[in-house]
Amino acid sequence: MAGNATEYIKHHLTHATVPHDGGFWAINIDTFSVSLALGFIFLFVFTRVAKTFSMENPGRLQLFVEMIVEMVANQVKDVFHAKSAVIAPLALTIFVWVFLMNTMDLLPVDLLPYIAQLIGEHVFGADPHHVYLRVVPSADVNATFAMSLSVMFCIIGFSIKAKGLGGYIHELFSAPFGPKVGPINFVFQIIELLAKPISLALRLFGNMYAGELIFILIALLPFWAQWLLGAPWAIFHILVITLQAFVFMMLTIVYLSLAVEDH
Amino acid sequence: MEALVTQIQSMTVLAAALIIGLGAIGTALGFAILGGKFLESSARQPELIPVLQTKLFIIAGLLDAISMIGVGVALLYTFNNPFLSAAKAALGA
Repeated sequence: MAGNATEYIKHHLTHATVPHDGGFWAINIDTFSVSLALGFIFLFVFTRVAKTFSMENPGRLQLFVEMIVEMVANQVKDVFHAKSAVIAPLALTIFVWVFLMNTMDLLPVDLLPYIAQLIGEHVFGADPHHVYLRVVPSADVNATFAMSLSVMFCIIGFSIKAKGLGGYIHELFSAPFGPKVGPINFVFQIIELLAKPISLALRLFGNMYAGELIFILIALLPFWAQWLLGAPWAIFHILVITLQAFVFMMLTIVYLSLAVEDH
Repeated sequence: MEALVTQIQSMTVLAAALIIGLGAIGTALGFAILGGKFLESSARQPELIPVLQTKLFIIAGLLDAISMIGVGVALLYTFNNPFLSAAKAALGA
């Protein structure tokens, strides 16, 4: 499995891209399918709890889900002061989905890729050296940018809904410096509008990519050193995972509340 | 040819090291100031500790961001050097 260290690292940092040589329309099907599967797990568990909701006799799963929903609802109540039926479910989805995607980083580095290699070799007759699988969707810029660009479209949509299309365009040209310096305001507003999704996406991507890379580097150590370094890093990474999901959710709520506020 | 590759690789190593190192300095100073203020405020008003702790973690997540972006760029340079690829393409053509 190790062979050459750089080859090992490169192999574990390559996505399963279809078509393989890339191009604009290429899709990373490992990111796509893992994130889809995790999304469905989240929806399945939460809707099951909602359907079998019992006030007098809550099971442990229901209490756990209630804890998460209550935490998200409190955060939204603290920050978002207008009325919207979409914010809290959006925040809940972002938090749980990003958390699940990040948690895939705690699986052993070779576990799922090795299983994928075995399946590829024996079921599909593929060359095991060219079977790539990266299991952490949030360590793929495509996934994080997809989420943050969706948040950016939500920001624009909420602004238009709160201020009207004319009001929003007027604000783009008149804030923050006053209506006489329209183009300068517009430049600043566009920079501010673009900085939000870019920083959201790259923050999550950078944290998860660095974490994954350190796990891969730890996997290259001799077996007696792996637990020594891997265990503290994995424990620290649990904090990072939760924190990054929480920060993504909080920033989404904060950006959306800024989008609807009146000056 | 080898001199060129050596030059590019060594410059890239220095660049990656600087990116990671300078990002780490900034983040460390930021966390230190943040932690210090949090401890001061907790000592002054212990009943606000839960509220402040939430905000502490939010700001910690924000502080991490730029240095993590820097780490991502530095790791890209380390494992998939774009300058080397560009030079090879220019020399091969």
